[in-house]
Amino acid sequence: MIEVEHLTKHYGKVKAVEDISFNVAEGELFALLGPNGAGKSTTIKMLTTLLKPTSGKLILNGHDVAKDPDSVRSSFGIVFQDPSLDTDLTAAENMKLHAVMYDVPKGEVNPRIEELLRLVGLWDRRNSMVKTFSGGMKRRLEIARGLLHHPKVLFLDEPTLGLDTQTRNLLWQYIDSLSKDKHMTILFTTHYLEEAETNANRIAIIDHGKLLRIGSSAELTAETKTTSLEEAYLALTGRTIRDEEVDPHESWRAIRRARNMR
Amino acid sequence: MRVIYILWQRQLKRYFRSRSRIVGAIGQPLLFLLALGYGLGSVYREAGQGDYLRFLVPGIMVQTVLFSAMFFGAMIIFDRQFGFLKETMVAPVSRFKIMIGGALGGATTAVMQGSLVFFISLLLGFRPLHWIMTLMALVFMSLLALAIAAFSSAIGSFVQDMQGFQAINQFLVFPLYFLSGALYPLTHVPTWLRIIAEVNPISYTVDSLRWAMNGTSRFTIAHDLIAMGITLVVMLIFATVRFRYIEA
Repeated sequence: MIEVEHLTKHYGKVKAVEDISFNVAEGELFALLGPNGAGKSTTIKMLTTLLKPTSGKLILNGHDVAKDPDSVRSSFGIVFQDPSLDTDLTAAENMKLHAVMYDVPKGEVNPRIEELLRLVGLWDRRNSMVKTFSGGMKRRLEIARGLLHHPKVLFLDEPTLGLDTQTRNLLWQYIDSLSKDKHMTILFTTHYLEEAETNANRIAIIDHGKLLRIGSSAELTAETKTTSLEEAYLALTGRTIRDEEVDPHESWRAIRRARNMR
Repeated sequence: MRVIYILWQRQLKRYFRSRSRIVGAIGQPLLFLLALGYGLGSVYREAGQGDYLRFLVPGIMVQTVLFSAMFFGAMIIFDRQFGFLKETMVAPVSRFKIMIGGALGGATTAVMQGSLVFFISLLLGFRPLHWIMTLMALVFMSLLALAIAAFSSAIGSFVQDMQGFQAINQFLVFPLYFLSGALYPLTHVPTWLRIIAEVNPISYTVDSLRWAMNGTSRFTIAHDLIAMGITLVVMLIFATVRFRYIEA
């Protein structure tokens, strides 16, 4: 369902992604792990048509990402790492806008919005402005929105960041059911390794833009002769702390987030 | 069409929900009308030119439409900073539809702001020559508003922050406005100023509004319409091309 071949992205001299190849099968729940700045988000940006690769080939749901971006765009849903909601619209209006942009059949728009908002527990707040929502509520709304057009492939870039344990559990239950019952292909990143350990069918570990290892949690621990995914991960990526290269908007958003928390 | 409609509607919803924006965009034209209208009115009359407020109102309406429509470009920059732009960029919708939907919304709000200034000027004692002809002003304001909204969306597509956007406002849009004959007649100005005014697209909207509301015009109305039409087409092409390279 997702084919990545020799994917490379250079920013000047910085090699953000260096010759990465992997495949994700239909219905698979696939985790992309790596320290900050490893190239996870860059890879997702390229898969979702937001960024052009320096070289390499990407196929998603049978469509070439470079040649047929519109077919690719209707095939996937994405929950971004940072917020991407219109905070001056209500929850329902954000959903409606998305439904129209993804050409959801008219008769299905409202039932789907209701179903998904109920699922993430925001139906009672559907007519509230998103700017009055807490971080967790916004996150849930983004996830509901990403599922609205029944995508074949779902990208989740740190979906549970900043969520409480209850919400995280609920969310993973739902993601799991999407993969098992609806055979949705799901690629996610996370810094909570236990999420990958319990949920992912296969895990890819990348660092410094390179793919280090790929396999199930059991395979990775066996190969590194460790006892848990976390130990395997640390054995592969080391214990040093990384600086993340951020673009100016990201840092601007970070400042806004900090302000909002006050 | 559904996509264009919903993006148009989004601009309108945001406009009506932001009372500060409506009031803020009215404040400056009101200041101009009061300070210039009353301040220069007597000098203007002594110079034998008649009623300055009558001369000024169309110019101030153009000012309002111009800067309100420019605000649409700022919205794109805000959308980028708040992350919403990414949501539209990954959608299976052509860049042109995203641009035109938003620009139509930005233009609609700009025309509403311009009309609001018209009603305020009525309170200040302004009376148009023919009420029916005044309706034509809506058409002329719309032509300018859409051209400028398209222009500002092109700017918003590659300028990364508000400072850069403000610089373009200050060094390009403001001068063009001041040199358009909106505030003073172009009949006795130096040649260089007249030439600038004649290649300046904003001059023609100012002129067309004076034609509709006061029955006076420096160029002919046919001239005005052709100039505005060309400006609109050029700006739409410029915006469409620029929007293909937009990055979220």
